[in-house]
Amino acid sequence: MSGEKKLGWKDIPIGGYLLEPGSAMKYKTGDWRAFRPVVDQKRCVNCLLCWIYCPDGAIVRLEKYIDVNYDYCKGCGICANECPVKCILMVEEKR
Amino acid sequence: MAKVMGLTGNEAVAYAVKQCNVDVVAAYPITPQTIMVEVISQYIYDGEMDAEFICVESEHSAMSACIGASLAGARVFTGTASQGLALMHEMLYIASGLRCPIVMGVANRALSAPLNIHGDHSDMMGSRDCGWIQIYSENSQEAYDWTIQAFKIAEDPRVLLPVSVNIDGFILSHCVENVVVLEDEDVARFLPPRKPLITIDPTKPITVGAICLPDYYFEVKFQQVQALKEAYNVIREVNREYEKLSGRRYDFVEAYAMDDAEAAVLCLGSTAGTAKVVARELRKEGKKVGVVKPWVYRPFPEESIIKALGDVKAVAVLDRACSFGAPFHALCSDIIATLYRHGKDIKVFNCVYGLGGRDITPMEIRSIFEETLETARSGRVREYIKFIGVRE
Repeated sequence: MSGEKKLGWKDIPIGGYLLEPGSAMKYKTGDWRAFRPVVDQKRCVNCLLCWIYCPDGAIVRLEKYIDVNYDYCKGCGICANECPVKCILMVEEKR
Repeated sequence: MAKVMGLTGNEAVAYAVKQCNVDVVAAYPITPQTIMVEVISQYIYDGEMDAEFICVESEHSAMSACIGASLAGARVFTGTASQGLALMHEMLYIASGLRCPIVMGVANRALSAPLNIHGDHSDMMGSRDCGWIQIYSENSQEAYDWTIQAFKIAEDPRVLLPVSVNIDGFILSHCVENVVVLEDEDVARFLPPRKPLITIDPTKPITVGAICLPDYYFEVKFQQVQALKEAYNVIREVNREYEKLSGRRYDFVEAYAMDDAEAAVLCLGSTAGTAKVVARELRKEGKKVGVVKPWVYRPFPEESIIKALGDVKAVAVLDRACSFGAPFHALCSDIIATLYRHGKDIKVFNCVYGLGGRDITPMEIRSIFEETLETARSGRVREYIKFIGVRE
């Protein structure tokens, strides 16, 4: 993520190896996003189509509606496209 | 008493591989390399060599299998030539990028089209930026000696890069020469079993070959730049240690009759042998000429080349491959860049020769030497790029 201090060539494993499993969790891809899905949780019917279709597992299931994990959401917009009640709006990121 | 064997270049490499206690060989036969892996598979079948021979359906798969085996911690060898090396091209970069210390024998051969099976350097020169250490041999003895040294260089934790040992197709690969070989125990002492730093191991999972985006890719590539720099020191150390073992002295560059030379021919591989014979004749006629032969092409040994060229006034650089449309051909471009960087005003011209296995004769090399002497006298290059022996 932008703002994190990145390691130099001396401090990373050779050959781009990842020496611990599951390290993708640490690699936050949220800053790739150009559009952010904004959920109108009052209108959400909790059908979970977005949760099924999200390629990054970035939809968070709550009790009565969904939320988005912005650390990993890349802003592809599939959730907004699939939402049957159109309660997800893609809003341009302003950085 | 040293043991002498009559071996072709291919057999010399194969014999060295046997002595190096290689664990895995994955290869696909291609002329003129075929015999190299054929002999190895025979060693394995006869129980003379305890290794896994993986028969693959292409060179792309051969190198892929080598990469997997190398990552698992095995000592790995493969061999190829020409179209096979070209088909491997993608995997060559992955082998070096994943820091796999694979050793590969290349029986250099022309590239299609038109189809040709004979020797030139187009194959390896086409892959010269693949991040491999690249060595060129003049004869079977050098092919044998460099193959043994190659494993030690490749596997050094400061390097961890693949190495190609090049032999001229047919001229070396199929020509029988006397080769002084070492005892198995001596090679085993010189080259103990590989000790990999990191291996793929199901009990301790790691990820190899993961995506690496603009934020880290550049740093990983810079590590390779540094590893090739480190290779300078390691190659020198390995050469000195091998000299103690074998009595044969290797270096980055061989300088022949260069002490007081006024002009020189610089070339790779077997052609250096012919050039030395011609230089000896010219020396008898009182002409001060010598031969410079880089053994190591990558990393490019700038300092050694500058030292070897000494005070010559003119040098002809012979390229056995064509860099179409380039201002100079591969080896000559590197020499000119080296001279520029070291502020040396040596007149250089480039001779492209021997494409598709066309012989270069002593008479042709003599006329190249004469032109270097003429260039040294006049201080003027008559023709920057010559194509030796091409018919109008």
